[in-house]
Amino acid sequence: MNMHTTADHAGANHMQPPLLDVRDLTVEFATRRGTVRAVEKVDLTLAKGETLGIVGESGSGKSVTSYAVMRILDRAGRIAEGSIGFAGIDIGKASESDVRALRGREMSMIFQNPRAALNPIRKVGKQIEDVLIEHVQAQPSDAKEKAIEVLKAVRIARPEERYHAYPFELSGGMCQRIVIALALACRPQLLIADEPTTGLDVTTQKAVMDLVVELTRERNMSTILITHDLGLAAAYCDRVMVMEKGKVVETANAEAIFRAPQHPYTRKLMRATPRKGVSLRDLLPEDAAPAAAAPTAPVKGAGEPLLVVENLVKEYPRQAPTGGLAGLFGIKGAVADPFRAVDGISFSVARGESLGLVGESGCGKSTTSMMLMRLLDPTSGRIEFKGEELSAIPAKRFAGSPWRSRIQLVFQDPTDSLNPRYTAARAIADPLLRMGSGLAGAALRAKVEDLARLVGLPVNLLDRFPHQLSGGQKARVGIARAIAPDPELVILDEPTAALDVSVQAVVLNLLQELKQRLGMSYIFVSHDLEVVRMLCDRVIVMRSGRIVEEGATEAVMAAPKAEYTRELLSSIPHPPL
Amino acid sequence: MSLAVTETAPKDSLFSHARHIVAENPVTGIAFGLFALFALAALIGPYVVPVDPLASDTAAALQPPSAAHWFGTDQLGRDIFSRVVVAARLDMIIAVASVALVFVAGGFAGIASGYFGGWTDRIVGRVSDTIMAFPLFVLAMGIVAALGNTVTNIVIATAIINFPLYVRVARAEANIRREAGFVQAARLSGNSEMRILLGHIAPNILPIMMVQVSLTMGYAILNAAGLSFIGLGVRPPTPEWGIMVAEGASFIISGEWWIAFFPGVTLMLAVFCFNLLGDGLRDLVDPQRRT
Repeated sequence: MNMHTTADHAGANHMQPPLLDVRDLTVEFATRRGTVRAVEKVDLTLAKGETLGIVGESGSGKSVTSYAVMRILDRAGRIAEGSIGFAGIDIGKASESDVRALRGREMSMIFQNPRAALNPIRKVGKQIEDVLIEHVQAQPSDAKEKAIEVLKAVRIARPEERYHAYPFELSGGMCQRIVIALALACRPQLLIADEPTTGLDVTTQKAVMDLVVELTRERNMSTILITHDLGLAAAYCDRVMVMEKGKVVETANAEAIFRAPQHPYTRKLMRATPRKGVSLRDLLPEDAAPAAAAPTAPVKGAGEPLLVVENLVKEYPRQAPTGGLAGLFGIKGAVADPFRAVDGISFSVARGESLGLVGESGCGKSTTSMMLMRLLDPTSGRIEFKGEELSAIPAKRFAGSPWRSRIQLVFQDPTDSLNPRYTAARAIADPLLRMGSGLAGAALRAKVEDLARLVGLPVNLLDRFPHQLSGGQKARVGIARAIAPDPELVILDEPTAALDVSVQAVVLNLLQELKQRLGMSYIFVSHDLEVVRMLCDRVIVMRSGRIVEEGATEAVMAAPKAEYTRELLSSIPHPPL
Repeated sequence: MSLAVTETAPKDSLFSHARHIVAENPVTGIAFGLFALFALAALIGPYVVPVDPLASDTAAALQPPSAAHWFGTDQLGRDIFSRVVVAARLDMIIAVASVALVFVAGGFAGIASGYFGGWTDRIVGRVSDTIMAFPLFVLAMGIVAALGNTVTNIVIATAIINFPLYVRVARAEANIRREAGFVQAARLSGNSEMRILLGHIAPNILPIMMVQVSLTMGYAILNAAGLSFIGLGVRPPTPEWGIMVAEGASFIISGEWWIAFFPGVTLMLAVFCFNLLGDGLRDLVDPQRRT
């Protein structure tokens, strides 16, 4: 695809010069240990009206490439080589004021976290007005009218009302629409979307992506979609460019790249992407040694219920809005019905079973896992573990209870869940020290090293601090810490959500292997049905604090009974296979 | 966007880390140098000064700076250079003791109020509000006047007026980390609340507290000197920068500027040095910077 004469390009594309023409782009960052090349010799062309997906894992340079195009690299970064042509202008050499005029008006960008991209104390309508006025698209007199038009264009229901909303009053998907509205307010020719749907629910993701594609088509814009999700890129882009370690390894049409991936890295990425009809083992690279069938520990009393949850409820008090003066003087309004985050759910987990808990944000799955972990007290209901009523022990005193070591959790964010000032070894040793294992000194170190080997963490990394470890290594530390006290039930709270797909594949396989070897039960909390399918025997689908569907995973996935489950399943972007 | 450069980064020794920080910010180097000078003066000052700081020599009173008396002499003919050097120990002791006191008390109260919230937070918050309600220097004057004119009481008074600063910093930082993943993880590992507070949260707040320590250190010196200046706390003839400035102040009009000038400049440099030291100290103790 990398053709080096302009004539070829024109012939290959739509008989007109490309809107964006990047040649030999090299971006360097000055760091403490010398210069690092984040992007090396990248060629990229984008025709008018085309959608290009840039796919890669973290550190592949995909974001840096787009920052260079917008010329918003941070201070340490500089364009070392190459040219960036945008509509005939050389962005690399243009003056800062020229580029500033282009940004927002001719090229726009949307970011990963929509809430962070909006000013939290300004009405969203006003924020749109600001952009319109800044780029002389509106006068103060007609700005409001135009802002409402823009809101309509991004399909926001009741735009006149939403004009007055503050970002915190809107959902994540709604905020991302506002950000898109801001980016598109001046009708730019190029839109760069940097992981626009990461962190959004799968149904919201579909709505947002559909909107972006629709607007792209309607306005004949060019779009660059930066993502780590091959499925998403393939479903929404004309062409896909795969990057690895700052270099482009493959560029092809979306369909071609899935039918016949050329580069081994692309193949590896494709294999690692969870999709229909594959097992966990299939996610690992072809050349990975076939696991010597992990010694399966005979699960004592397999099938017996380990955890029984009955009518679990968590309510949060909700205060009716109080107006003006009454609010000022602390006069509380009539007490409204409490908000039920978890609304009477019942289920059980058998020994040696893994149960998936699926739902979108706000469905109560995290609240449920917090209550099961005994970090949060339920309002009512029973949590019975091995016949013992755990909800009788208040969450505050549970840390000292002998039951603490029986139930453990693997956190969603491996970075946030490790103490930045503890080495990996210290973090893994923490539960052993606190829960009366009686180990100390060399015996403790030996146990920690055993655990590290069990989770595949190189022993020489044990003395590093979290910031010196990669995402996958941190995840392993978190898993080692959770299994250190030899728990019977482990709750996995989206343990791979923050990881790259290839790392996710390895971690999921590790979890499966550990379960077989140690005979634990899992509750796997996730929003990703494909991942749940591979790891879990049974699945529970939750919505607004209630269970909407429950059953064997394969059965639920193949023939969902609830309308909501069907919607969830259909929103997963599938590669065109 | 993350760059895969830290993968194989070897662990720095503290020394090479310190060297890097100084190279990155030369002002930190100057601050550390000044600090070393003050520390040296405090440790061995009394043994190396050329003249006895208390010996008066009326024949040589009010001499301007010369080769014999580098900083000149005061109205009683005492050597100002010797007095300035010897005073370093007393001023440093007051500053270090009061900051250590408030670091422990204020830091703990702040972390506890940020972590537990509720009544702990309310009580600690109102106590520090009450202290903040007074003009701080006037409060320190009041405390020393009421408790008695001793060095111990200057230390206590300086610690008390700095208490709210420590509480606020520690409280805000602990509050952010209260629900952090690693704190939850510590709970799951069976840590008691007190252990989470001191073993998990406190070490993470240390870098920010270090900056606070360095800033209040300068302020504590200034405060002690200020109290002595108005006649509270240290009493003459003990050499102390504040008293020396006070004594010299009346001679400025008659042209003997050096009596107040040299202790004043020393005081200024001490405060300046501690303020600059803050950033350097934070960089030194922050593990994130060691990549």
